[in-house]
Amino acid sequence: MADPMKIRASIVGDSTEVKVLMSHEMETGQRKDSAGKAIPAWFIQAVTVTHNGKAVLNAQWGPAVAKNPFLSFKFKGGAKGDKVQVTWTDNKGEKRTDEAVIG
Amino acid sequence: MNETRRTVLKAGGGASLLTLLAAAGWLVPGTATAQAWNKSAFEAKTMDETMKAFGGGAPAQSKDIAFVSTPDIAENGAVVPIGVASSIPKTESIAILIEKNPNMLAASFDIPAGTEPSISTRVKMGQSSNVYALVKADGKYYVASKEIKVTLGGCGG
Repeated sequence: MADPMKIRASIVGDSTEVKVLMSHEMETGQRKDSAGKAIPAWFIQAVTVTHNGKAVLNAQWGPAVAKNPFLSFKFKGGAKGDKVQVTWTDNKGEKRTDEAVIG
Repeated sequence: MNETRRTVLKAGGGASLLTLLAAAGWLVPGTATAQAWNKSAFEAKTMDETMKAFGGGAPAQSKDIAFVSTPDIAENGAVVPIGVASSIPKTESIAILIEKNPNMLAASFDIPAGTEPSISTRVKMGQSSNVYALVKADGKYYVASKEIKVTLGGCGG
């Protein structure tokens, strides 16, 4: 099981700023190990962020997103104490969901 | 007319229907909001191929797309921060493309109403390259580019 994400959601002006740091290898499939064998691709393909159950961001990623991906964006309508939930799915079908409270 | 050929044609037709359904997000297991991963777009090697996979024409150059907190020179290609902000009304999605990576498309973000058309993330770059920010707004595609010089490549090694 992958490590938990670090999620920070805070009110900035009239919108909510969400910053997410995920823990993932993001292997491209282009690298070779010391024996010259290709290392299979392993990366996050889809990220969904929801606020009170409503999607505020949907992302599709390729292997060019950096290792331990970082993501930041803002949405309107958040209030202190609301929950922000982040889910990622990788190309092996592995999934992880974490949530944070807007502070 | 040979029978095998007919069977093959039939099978082909069926498969493309499945692909269409998957593209429309009908056959996605799990959450209903998640879209199928756009495989052809992520495997495209040129701008034209990527645009074809997105189902759009050639994008128009736009001055309303800005790169924010994006360096001119990246010391480490494995971690290049890229921020894209669009001030085009009705921005629906933002994609980041890197010209000289093995596959151009790095990431694409759907922006639902209520979310600001401004995102930042970190990508890998194999070498110095033009980076494109592709914005879809009101059904049309717009693009802006920026050259980022990479001192140390982020692929291989």
